[in-house]
Amino acid sequence: MRHEIRFSGFGGQGIILSAVILGRAAALYDRNYAVQTQVYGPEARGGASMSAVIISDEPILYPEVTDPGIYVIMSQQGFEKYGTRPAPAAVMLIDADLVHSRPSCTFHEIRSTTEAKTALGRVIVANIVMLGALVAVTGVVSTTAIEKAVLDSVPKGTEELNMKALRRGFELGDKEVDTR
Amino acid sequence: MSKIEFMQGNTACAEGALAAGCRFFGGYPITPSTEIAEHMARRLPKTDGVFVQMEDEIASIAAVIGASWTGARAMTATSGPGFSLMMENIGYAVITETPCVIVNIQRGGPSTGQPTMGAQGDMLQCRFGSHGDYSTIALSPSSVQEMYDLTAKAFNLADRFRVPVFVMSDEVTGHMRERITIPDRVEIVSRRPLEKGTLPFRGGDDGVPGFPEFGMGYGVHVTGLTHDERGYPEATDPHIHAALVQRLVSKVESARHDIADYEMVNPDAETVFVTYGPPTRTVKQVMHDHPGEGVGHLHLRIVWPFPERLLRLFTNAKTFIVPEMNMGQIAREVERHTDLPVISVPKLGGELHTPGELQKLLEARP
Repeated sequence: MRHEIRFSGFGGQGIILSAVILGRAAALYDRNYAVQTQVYGPEARGGASMSAVIISDEPILYPEVTDPGIYVIMSQQGFEKYGTRPAPAAVMLIDADLVHSRPSCTFHEIRSTTEAKTALGRVIVANIVMLGALVAVTGVVSTTAIEKAVLDSVPKGTEELNMKALRRGFELGDKEVDTR
Repeated sequence: MSKIEFMQGNTACAEGALAAGCRFFGGYPITPSTEIAEHMARRLPKTDGVFVQMEDEIASIAAVIGASWTGARAMTATSGPGFSLMMENIGYAVITETPCVIVNIQRGGPSTGQPTMGAQGDMLQCRFGSHGDYSTIALSPSSVQEMYDLTAKAFNLADRFRVPVFVMSDEVTGHMRERITIPDRVEIVSRRPLEKGTLPFRGGDDGVPGFPEFGMGYGVHVTGLTHDERGYPEATDPHIHAALVQRLVSKVESARHDIADYEMVNPDAETVFVTYGPPTRTVKQVMHDHPGEGVGHLHLRIVWPFPERLLRLFTNAKTFIVPEMNMGQIAREVERHTDLPVISVPKLGGELHTPGELQKLLEARP
């Protein structure tokens, strides 16, 4: 089992944090191996930011993502820079209100930013909504693992909000899988 | 109980240092090493340690040298331009035989170069960058686990040989997050104190003098000038200078096979990869994906002093291949020690060699 997941969006959306939380869930709570890397250049501050996670049940040798099977895209620029050439079998989750393009592979429209704003009242948790949807659609980590990893990683006092966001993401993801 | 963590390489470096008893960090933040300074700034005041942000890298290494003379395990962390600024005082640490650890999270150079991209371009600078003849020790981690383990080990080597020791990491390993096992405790081998009545700069059997820690009742003079065994300047006597420099070099070089830290895979192979740092991961992937292709691997965790004897342990070797994120710095060292063909596989620009690139080389074999 080896999953390569690529996240992209704009600086400030929590793209890198999402990848760190996912890696943490896999490594600490599912007891798999995980490597998280990121593009670290100045373009990541407001421009297209990118982060990647590899999850495997074997030690991970080459640490870079070469052929992602799963994409999470949260901005149009992120799509253009990191999402235009998915493998035919890849699965892409896109924030449908922020990304106008649609990929050639299977995709799921998750309105994470709108959900965060309207249903949860805080746009800042859009990445956590998306993370919930990712786990529901792909099962790359268990729901218990991602819950624990989110709780580990968010500031004190925001646990309830983030758990709500994650569970809203689970629901949105489940709906996608059901209606497919 | 050991503990599993999901940690960034730079954080693991700082944690390895703390576990090894590092209690002084003097530094100046620079990308891509900054997380080490940040982590030490958070952690050291909560131990009995001291964190100082100095005005630049020249002052940083000077503060580290001063702290070491008080007996503290002391370190700094930097990159590219900061490392260049440290060169003169690194020579001062060499001649005064000051144990200290210098972490270089290498980025693309020369000059400001590529602050956010990985490289291995300072491998010769760490060996030869300060003026004059000398020898030091350089470790090269290829994973977050090795960031922790080798940084801890660096302090033991610094104390044992009384030299500046380099942890020559890079942006790739420094910023990567991986699962690591934090051990219960790490092995600590402290510096040997100077025996009373012994000259402070007379080498012991291993060429290393005992350490006269400040505040412990020794009267000792520490100078960057060539000095006699008492520590007094003696900068014109050719014999004293030659003997001092020869001892500084030989205390490290004569122990190089003892210092060596490596992994050897398929010693009967005809084609042998020699790696250190991140390209190690690519070679391991290639060998995992294409087993049984007669390929061997020498993975060096310590690059300097160079353990040339290990090349000869590959008794059937016909070719050595050396992939590096520079223009062939250690490939030159391999060439120096073998008559066999050495294929340098340089890569510039900040990206790690891909498995495909190295596999192509293997397919091109006659």
